[in-house]
Amino acid sequence: MESNKHFVLGIYDDEDVLLSAVRKVKESGVKIHEVYTPFPVHGLDEELGYKRTRLPIVAFLFGLLGTTLALTMQIWMLGYDWPMIIGGKNFASLPPFIPVTFELTVLLSALGMVGTFMITSNLKPYGKPRLMDKRCTDDKHVMAIDLAKNDLSQEDIRSIIGNSGAQEVNLKDF
Amino acid sequence: MQVTSSVREPLVTGGKTVHDVTEDICRQVEGKPSKSWMLGMAVSLVALLIGAYAVFMLVWEGIGVWGLNKTIGWAWDITNFVWWVGIGHAGTLISAILLLFRQKWRMSINRAAEAMTIFAVICAACFPGLHMGRLWLGFYWALPLPNTFGSLWVNFNSPLLWDVFAISTYFTVSLVFWYIGLIPDFASIRDRATNKISKMVYGTLSFGWDGAAKTWGRYEFVALILAGLATPLVLSVHTIVSFDFATSVIPGWHSTIFPPYFVAGAIFSGFAMVLTLLLIARKLLKLEDYITREHVELMNIIIIVTGGVVAIAYATEFFIGWYTGVEYENYTYMSYGAATGPYAWAFWALIICNIIIPGTLWFKQVRTNFITSFIISIVINIGMWFERFDIIVMCLSRDYLPSSWSMFYPTIYDVGVYVFTLGLFFTLFLLFSKFFPVINMAEVKSIIKSSSSKKN
Repeated sequence: MESNKHFVLGIYDDEDVLLSAVRKVKESGVKIHEVYTPFPVHGLDEELGYKRTRLPIVAFLFGLLGTTLALTMQIWMLGYDWPMIIGGKNFASLPPFIPVTFELTVLLSALGMVGTFMITSNLKPYGKPRLMDKRCTDDKHVMAIDLAKNDLSQEDIRSIIGNSGAQEVNLKDF
Repeated sequence: MQVTSSVREPLVTGGKTVHDVTEDICRQVEGKPSKSWMLGMAVSLVALLIGAYAVFMLVWEGIGVWGLNKTIGWAWDITNFVWWVGIGHAGTLISAILLLFRQKWRMSINRAAEAMTIFAVICAACFPGLHMGRLWLGFYWALPLPNTFGSLWVNFNSPLLWDVFAISTYFTVSLVFWYIGLIPDFASIRDRATNKISKMVYGTLSFGWDGAAKTWGRYEFVALILAGLATPLVLSVHTIVSFDFATSVIPGWHSTIFPPYFVAGAIFSGFAMVLTLLLIARKLLKLEDYITREHVELMNIIIIVTGGVVAIAYATEFFIGWYTGVEYENYTYMSYGAATGPYAWAFWALIICNIIIPGTLWFKQVRTNFITSFIISIVINIGMWFERFDIIVMCLSRDYLPSSWSMFYPTIYDVGVYVFTLGLFFTLFLLFSKFFPVINMAEVKSIIKSSSSKKN
């Protein structure tokens, strides 16, 4: 099969070298496709210009949904659908409803946020990752540059990466 | 290039590189199980089988096979339930609260501690489930599902129902938190796998993780928010468990001190169990460079703090019980009557195991020694079991009418169901330690540069 995607890969050993390399490569006008790292490198998403994730907002909204559902459910069930006298309390008294409300808030918030994370990051069972280099889950940081999205020639990109502190410069086709 | 702080003790010793971390942890997963693992597994499976017989008889005959009587309607089952839930608390404390406090030493112990949490909660859930007698109707009775009686809804005013929601939420959120952390490590195993089966299994488990910077950015936020959610959650779980007692009107149970005191006790016993498991795992899985003397000392310090809270709670209960001048208070688990009555042995077991012996941890030589730490951790587990036994059985045994006073004698089915959960716990933990990465590789790799000892 004819491969139609070509990536130049820079392999880095050290996270600090990687961070300065990302800056250097971007300054020389090369667009970085993505960087793959074995562990979270702090400051990398800022260097790459990624926007802060809005997952905390998602978590808050799902939490709000949980609170609303839990309170509605309890007040409706014990207050309206089948009111019962329990310990002489009001039918829909708020304090005993707080524990379940709290738990459902946390549950929906956590599950909603993690579910959104899975979907937006394309994480699913049987998911087949497009691995640039297998060592990126071991100890190497891999910077991938999509040749189709850059105007510079392959040789120029290779030399820019090579000068940025990469240990190896490879080519990967898909 | 490695930069080591001269002020702090290194968290990873032996001059490990990032690649060494992958090698050391994946070797456990890829290699054949060791002889000691097989032996442990055999013992656990025997316990599980013996216990399964007790569980079968319990379900077949009904809970009458337990040693409960008219006065003491709650005994071993709920003691074990509270004990297991308490043990679970350390995992979430390590992974969530210590994450919020940016305690980096949590990184090499959080995976195993979280696994312990999940397995302990499974064991805990066995008890209320089995106590219902008809296990298969449990969901139907305990959840607010439409039914043919009206619908007659569950009672949201009851702390027992709060427990259902608290425990199931706690289990789900802990599981999700644990699994999110496992995904990058499963990817590491997947990319090293040489045979077809492990490629397929770890390929499925790793959810197609590729380590992209964008995903890592989101991942870190997810971990942070989950930690923020799990922190009040873990505090709420044992608070709600304590409400089972505190909202009742039994002298000794009806106490406003219970929620904070139960939470402290839970963390106390949970850390003891983490120490017990990790001190064994450290030797068997050769993790001496990752779980160091420093880690053991820090865990022991948390035990000192929470043990201190528990000791003060005992003293408060004892004093307030006496100060009320109410005669019923003289028969609660923390009273002169308890210390000299028929359950004096259980009272003193609690005092010795939870206050006197852990008190030796104040000495640095004791808390930095692996052997004494191991022994004390087991003593605390026994002590915390007695704490729950004392609270439940002693307070019930002296009823309001002296003619109803009673003792509790466990039957082999009380013991058997406990053995079942112990077998289940260790079977699950051994399976975990063989097939899952026992240390969070990705997190440990991120501190190798700053907190590893220099290679010379």
